Amino acid sequence: MPTQEEIFEKVQAALCDALAVDEEEVTPDATLVGDLGAESIDFLDIVFKLEKSFDIKIPRGELFPEDILTDGEFVEDGKINEKGLAKLRERMPFANLDAIEENPNVQDFANNLTVQDMCNYVATKVA
Amino acid sequence: MRWFWIDRFTEFVRGEHAVAVKCVSLSEDFLHDHFPGVGVFPNSLVVEGMAQTGGLLAGQYYDFKERVVLAKVSKAQFYCSAEPGQTLVYRAVLDQIDPTGAITTCTAHVQDRLQCEAQIFFAHIDRDTAHRPLFTPHEFATTVRSLRIFEVGRTPEGEPLTTPDHFVEAERAAMAAVGA
Repeated sequence: MPTQEEIFEKVQAALCDALAVDEEEVTPDATLVGDLGAESIDFLDIVFKLEKSFDIKIPRGELFPEDILTDGEFVEDGKINEKGLAKLRERMPFANLDAIEENPNVQDFANNLTVQDMCNYVATKVA
Repeated sequence: MRWFWIDRFTEFVRGEHAVAVKCVSLSEDFLHDHFPGVGVFPNSLVVEGMAQTGGLLAGQYYDFKERVVLAKVSKAQFYCSAEPGQTLVYRAVLDQIDPTGAITTCTAHVQDRLQCEAQIFFAHIDRDTAHRPLFTPHEFATTVRSLRIFEVGRTPEGEPLTTPDHFVEAERAAMAAVGA
């Protein structure tokens, strides 16, 4: 099983490759969208790269729960409701959702995902 | 008029790799002005040629039932130019594919010289949310046939590729519609 450091290095390499950013920019606290400039199509590219790099399978929607964010049951007036937040907590135990609870705007959801969240997710898959 | 930026496939192994050629000719109008007196094949069209090579390789994997679109050129590096009278040879290797998309590693060569290396990422358009097919079915079938995929195509086990039934049905329907 890889160490946290090894996971970070591989995630960093995948992000540098997918987003054409420098290693120094990919810090644990960096947000994928806000700091590293990821766009929606990049997320699919990142998933492919992580799958290859770690030899894992990432079910679509697991890392980026688009199905929740587009479901009227969980989103009202562009904001994730309590039910949606509970669902996200259940589906994304690897992510720090504090910022999302403070600002539940769907549009800002992706802005809050960090490199560390991604490392935490990968750690659950390679464990 | 179709958007052909490869002339034909010369190798095609399902799910593995494909090789296609593009003969650069001064009879192509745009080369008269790009650049005047010194025709150079645009690198953007080299990328398009590699994307067509890799995109059809990805499309064939699911029997041309997925709608494959060029989503992203993750990287592209060019080493020399291609000129009228030369042949570009594109090679695409299918690195990864699943129902959401595909990643290919591509190269272009002019004779033995490496002209470009690229990584091209394709997405499969969601069947539930896409509003219309990308191509008229029989025209797409004709396009694929024009590129000789079924003449040179093989499975990894060496068996010839077969024409998908939905291609044959689309072509029959088109012929019936014009009374042929």
